Parts: sequence; C-alpha cells; structure tokens
Amino acid sequence: MTGAAVSQPVEQQERSVGLWGDALRRMRGSPAAIIGGAIIIFFVLMAIFAPFIAPYDPTRGDLGSSYLPPSGEHFFGTNVQGQDVFSRIIFGSRLTLGIAVMSVTIGVTVGSVLGALAGYFRGWIDATIMRGVDIMLSIPGLLLAIAVVSWLGRGAVQIAIAIAIVNVPIFARILRGSLLALRDADYVIAAKSVGVGGPALLLRHMLPNAIGPLIVQATLALATAVVDAAALGFLGLGPPDPRTPEWGAMLSDTYRYLTDAVHLAFFPGIAIVLAVLGFNLLGDGMREALDPKLRR
Amino acid sequence: MTAEATIPASAAGASSEPLLRTDTLRVHFPITEGILFERRVGAVRAVDGVSLEVRRGETLGLVGESGCGKSTFARAVIRLVDATEGSIHFDGTDVTRLTGDPLRRMRRRMQMIFQDPYASLNPRMTIGSMLAEPLRVHGLAKGEQAMKRARELIEIVGLPRNALNRYPHEFSGGQRQRAGIARALAVQPEFIAADEAVSALDVSIQAQIVNLLSQLQSEFNLTYLFIAHDLSVVRHISDRIAVMYLGEVVELSPSRELYERPLHPYTVALVSAVPIPDPKVESKRKRMILRGDVPSPANPPSGCRFHTRCWLRRELGDPERCTVETPELRQLAPEHGVACHFAEELAGNERRDQLVTAAAAHSNVRDTDADEPAKPTGASAAPASDPDSFFPGDVSHH
Repeated sequence: MTGAAVSQPVEQQERSVGLWGDALRRMRGSPAAIIGGAIIIFFVLMAIFAPFIAPYDPTRGDLGSSYLPPSGEHFFGTNVQGQDVFSRIIFGSRLTLGIAVMSVTIGVTVGSVLGALAGYFRGWIDATIMRGVDIMLSIPGLLLAIAVVSWLGRGAVQIAIAIAIVNVPIFARILRGSLLALRDADYVIAAKSVGVGGPALLLRHMLPNAIGPLIVQATLALATAVVDAAALGFLGLGPPDPRTPEWGAMLSDTYRYLTDAVHLAFFPGIAIVLAVLGFNLLGDGMREALDPKLRR
Repeated sequence: MTAEATIPASAAGASSEPLLRTDTLRVHFPITEGILFERRVGAVRAVDGVSLEVRRGETLGLVGESGCGKSTFARAVIRLVDATEGSIHFDGTDVTRLTGDPLRRMRRRMQMIFQDPYASLNPRMTIGSMLAEPLRVHGLAKGEQAMKRARELIEIVGLPRNALNRYPHEFSGGQRQRAGIARALAVQPEFIAADEAVSALDVSIQAQIVNLLSQLQSEFNLTYLFIAHDLSVVRHISDRIAVMYLGEVVELSPSRELYERPLHPYTVALVSAVPIPDPKVESKRKRMILRGDVPSPANPPSGCRFHTRCWLRRELGDPERCTVETPELRQLAPEHGVACHFAEELAGNERRDQLVTAAAAHSNVRDTDADEPAKPTGASAAPASDPDSFFPGDVSHH
C-alpha cells in the first residue's frame, strides 16, 4: 500500500478535537467561566507571590498603631494588635486556598475510589459503601468537620482532612451514579463484547465518561471548602497560633468591635465572598461546558 | 440461496452442524423488592424456551414486536446476558457457562452490531483507538500494525480515511453505524448478531447498510443473526426467519415461504402490515390490526401466549384449547415450523389469503421504505396511545 506512507501525515494534521478540547473551547466562550477563572487566578497569584506583594509582616503587631482606619500607609487599616490587615488577607489566601485544594484533592480521591468500587462491583460492596455514605450524609457537614478537628487537632492538614471527610460521601455518590448509568450503555456493552474486561473497561470506557459531573462538583466543593475553613477559623478551630493570618479567624477577632472598626470585618468578608464566588462561577461554567445535552 | 437448503441439520454429518444452536434457552430477569436485602418476587421472562439453529453462512432473521425478547436473545447468545436455563452451543462447544479466558477467546468469534449508533460508540475514543482496542485485547496486533489493520477496516466499511483520528460526534448516524460494523469485524468473527442494526437510521441509509452487511457476509463468510421489529427490512437479507412473540418462537420458515404462506396468525398480521411500494395497491389492501398490547412478559397468558390477541381464535369461536394447552413448534412443511394448534385452519383461510397475497406479490420488490426511526426497545411494552389502531410489528406509515 503506497498510500499508507503518504496518508499518515495527513491523518496527523487532521487530528481533531475530542470532547475535552471541545469543552475547553466552550468554556472560553462562557462569561461565568471566564470571570470565575479570572478571580481564582487572581487569588492563586496572590497566594504564590504573597511575600512580594504584602507591605508588612502579617504576624508582627505594633500595639501603638492598633485600630487604624484604612489609609495610604495601611490600605485596609490595622487590627487590635496593630497588624496590617492588607498583608494578613494576602497571606491568609495561602492557608485558605491550601486547605481548600488539599481537602478537595483528598475528598475526590477517596470518594472516587469508593464510588468506583460501589458502581463497578455492585452487590454487597455497593450496599456497604452506600449505607456508610448515607450515614455520613445524615450528619451536618460543619458539625462533622468540627468533630473531626477536635479529634485530630487544629493544624492546617487536620482541617483539610476534616473538610475532606465531609466531601467524601458526596463524591462517592456522584461517581457511583454516573457509573451505574454507564454500565448499561451500549458502548460499554460493546467493549465487553469485543473482550475488554475488568480494569480496562472501567478506566478506558467508563471513567472518562463519568468524571464530568465529578469535575464540576470538585470545583463547587472548593467554594464550600473555603467557607468551611473560614467557619472553623471563626469558631476558633483554625490554626492554633493566633498570629497565623486566616480569613475566618480574622472575622471572629473583630466582630466584637464592629461598631468601632467596620473595616476589620469588611475586608476578610469580601475576600471570602470573592473566593467562593470565583469557584462557583467557574464550576457553573464547567457544568455547562461539560454537559453533553448542551453541546452545540 | 434459501429454498434448496432443506436437508435437516442432523442428517448431513459434521459439516452441516449449525454454527449456533440454542436449546430451550430461557433468560429471566428477577423482579426484586426490598431495600437492604433484596427479595425475589417474580421474573420477567424475556426469553422463554427458544430453540433455534443458525447455520454456517446463513442469515437468520428474527422479528417480533418491541419487547418480545429478540434483543435479549441476541445478547444471551453472545454471552452478554446470562442464560437462566437451557444451553447455547457455538461451533459444537457448549458456551452457556463459559467464563474468564475461554469466554474471551469465544468472544472473538461472535460479535454484535448495536441498534443505536449514537450510543454504541465511546464518545471519548477516536475511531482508530476503538478499532485497535479489540486487536490489542486479543493479542492480534498492536501499535503501528493495529493502526494498519484499523485503516483496512475503515476502508472495508466505506468510511473516509481521516476517520481514524476522529471522534464519534463528528460523524453522521450512518457513518457511525459503519464504524460499529468495523469494530465488530475487527477481530474477524464468524458470527455477528445485528440487533436492529438499521432501525435507528434514515430510510435512505438503511439500504446502504443492509447492502454493506450482505456484501461483507459473502466476502468474509459471515453468519448473521439479523434482528428487526418488522418484516420488510429482514426479508431482503434473511435466508430463514424466526418470528418471536413474548419470549417464544411462534414460527420459523424460509423467508420467502414465510411471506407467501405464513402459518401463524401472528405472522399473518405482521405480513399484512408490511407496506407495499405501490400506492394503488397500498390504499386498497386490507390490514390485520391486532387489538391490545403485548401482555407483560412478567405474567404471560396461559396456554398459547398469543390467544389474548389472536384473530384466528376469535374466528374459530374461542376454542378452549388455546387458553389451556401450550402449542409446540410443529413441522408443518419442510423447514417450516409453527406453534399454533390451529395452523392447519390457516391453510385455506380466506382472510389470510386476502391479507397475504398483496404483500407476497410484491415480495420480490426491493423495498426499504418501511421502518420507523423511533427506538423500540424497553423490557415491557409501553401501552399504545390508541389501542384500537395498534399496528403489529410497530410498522407505521408515513
């Protein structure tokens, strides 16, 4: 076949976009995804370059200059200890984003493994896992997180694990649901009938078609994780060192002085709201881009 | 190539041993209740005692209304669904309970073409990797060699060359079905079950795909089990046709004979519903309209399963035998079996002749204008919106 050698480069040139590429293209056309993505990138850059942006050491206080209102010197003012609020918010993004990403990573990993086991093997494995999931979902999330933190301790990693545990059942249930729907899909049966079995069937044919909803949920879970981390901080279950900048803890430090110094509560609050909004917008944009029913 | 092949399979030695033989095959799906511990409360008898043979190189058509168990039968035969009872022999080997590696080796020899070309291709895989996968799984070829074979395959089924690196969503329904056929051919099977392979396609595309299938059959010496829910598509490609009703085979005959001399009242109704590509004849002819829906396969009628809707039984004054005794598949003519106590009555039945002659007169005309694109699957038959105008075989007219 002389055509083979000639045709090969042509085939390579014409390599076409798959569904992922297609989803990415549609996300670029979605205002929600663009705005959300921009906000998230803004916070990520802030976290990475915190030492270069922040004008002051966020942990160093100067009691002589506490309660200062926003000014050219202290953009967001200073708090009771005279620490610069602007610098604390910038450094606080590190902890918040770190906890959010870590908790969702753990949650997705553990949740997907459980969901995949349940959805693929069915039977008693499914029944056992899903009853466990039901039990966990019946406990209010924040309450569960508080319980886990008071059990494990108050470090950043412990907080991330606590939030991850709240997320695990949600991810497990989502993946199991998509896998169950796919088990009877014609192309899965077709793959089975050509002899594809076990892990290859799950990894090549089922998972790639099941993780769309999981990705969306993971993005939205980042938003909840930000809120949860802030809530734990607000309740005094944040990092043990009170000097550590954390948005939730910053709120709780200041709510007693709300009438005197509104700026102390305002700026950390805005930071939390913006981060949550960013993740939510991005998640919504992704949902639209990945939903096969909304294609074209 | 049909009518001459009338030697009974058993009498002609090993060479005429059928490629596929099922013996009182039953596939029952349990109906369960309970939340934590499931309790069996009944069963949907999707396939209930089907004994069929598919001979080497032939095409056995399988027709019947939606929900009569055709698809389940095909899936059981190629071991995608487990048989509840009975046995399946493929090329002399009992494959009913094969598992693991022997089953995978057997899978190479029997393949399936699916009904819905939009659902049967993995949307996240290119056509090329989809075609290379079965080769790799069976250790037939890998890497560049597999790609070469994939290129051959898409050429065989008439897809453009650049299809290899494309994803299913970039193709039309007909092209996707070609890709599905290429996948089935990849492992060089001997037997292919085509489950409503053209029902979801445009009328103009149906003929192309049917032609492709018969061309492939002669080229690669394939044996087909060709399933459809109406006769008009099946008869062109089939050597013999089996008619199923509610999980049972009610008539089995060479396809031409089934057309001209149907012996089961249900088949008569099906044949009378096949459209004739002649508007003058079509507007005048009579059509047998079956009343009511297919009864639930979870609770089939006693005796003959068709008795609740049988026009012949009504004409004969509702004999009791139909409700009491289950009819066996009887050999009434060479190669022609029918499961009806009163099939002999049909031989001289005026009504049948009226209904059938018009259709038979046109049976040599190639027509492919008789299918509906709707999806006819679903375990239990959905109630027809207008029970009085229920067309057998889901044949509707446009």
